Amino acid sequence: MSDKPKFVYVIYIASTPDKVFKALTDPKQSARYWFGYEVTSEWKVGAEFALAKDGRRWDTCKILEYDPPRRLSYSFHPEHDGLENEKPSRVAFDLEEINGQVKLIMTHDDFAEQSEVFPKIQTGWPSVLSSLKSLLETGKELPPFWRGDYDKK
Amino acid sequence: MPEFKPRTIYVTYIAATPEKVWQALTSSEFTRKYFWDRDIELEPKLGGAFALKLPDGKVNVRGKVIAWDPPRKLSVTWQVEWPEEFRKLPECVVTYEIAQAGEAVRLTMTESHSWNVPEAILSGGRTGWPAILSSLKSLLETAKVPAIQMEPPREMIEAIKKL
Repeated sequence: MSDKPKFVYVIYIASTPDKVFKALTDPKQSARYWFGYEVTSEWKVGAEFALAKDGRRWDTCKILEYDPPRRLSYSFHPEHDGLENEKPSRVAFDLEEINGQVKLIMTHDDFAEQSEVFPKIQTGWPSVLSSLKSLLETGKELPPFWRGDYDKK
Repeated sequence: MPEFKPRTIYVTYIAATPEKVWQALTSSEFTRKYFWDRDIELEPKLGGAFALKLPDGKVNVRGKVIAWDPPRKLSVTWQVEWPEEFRKLPECVVTYEIAQAGEAVRLTMTESHSWNVPEAILSGGRTGWPAILSSLKSLLETAKVPAIQMEPPREMIEAIKKL
């Protein structure tokens, strides 16, 4: 058994792969489900990817894989709270259509040794992806409860 | 009781009240819709009997209530009785915790084991819980439950045979 930190989160969304992929890459929608953060990129392999809020970039990353509507992967490098010195980790989304809905598998791995980012993302992703599911299924994101510092626990 | 360690944790956030989430976890009217047609039987007290039953009345899971704190915490022991070959699995503990998160609710499911359970066997819960709890969230937020058909993972079945 590997002890390398890896966080996998699976969520089913009553939607189509196209709509879920679009939501993952659309700053207008992400601002709603990602508690104000806009996903900004040119959406091609090698392009920069950033999370921006209130005119400030919080994470600067790179698109590693872009294969709509099946797979999206980017490096993940928070630039706040002293986390900027840690090497980037890796996020991947895989979308599968199953029984007329979407199985979204989020895998976050390739963390630095003794990563400080790892414990934070484990509380962050369930809230962001729960809100994404709510937005796509009900037209309404979850009410804000997450301040962007991930670890309000 | 032996020591049970958390091995699988699934967290979901739901636009509902803690009371509504508690009701969905503990009443058959809801479980039938999001937990693959299962009825839940639950004696509402510490030490009370717990069971999940299939539509034909067969017991799927049986256990006892070991934490009872509505609408915040429910913990049950979990012995699988059907399918029959799964009876070899030592009992585990399933805990639901409900917490207010702003105007939403955070639901945390923890599956704990008392033995060095192989990853292949953990794959059962790791496959099932996201489907069950995604359906529970949809049910409470949209009143609709998309059906997710699913079988236990092959690696889990193989690992149980070797027990």
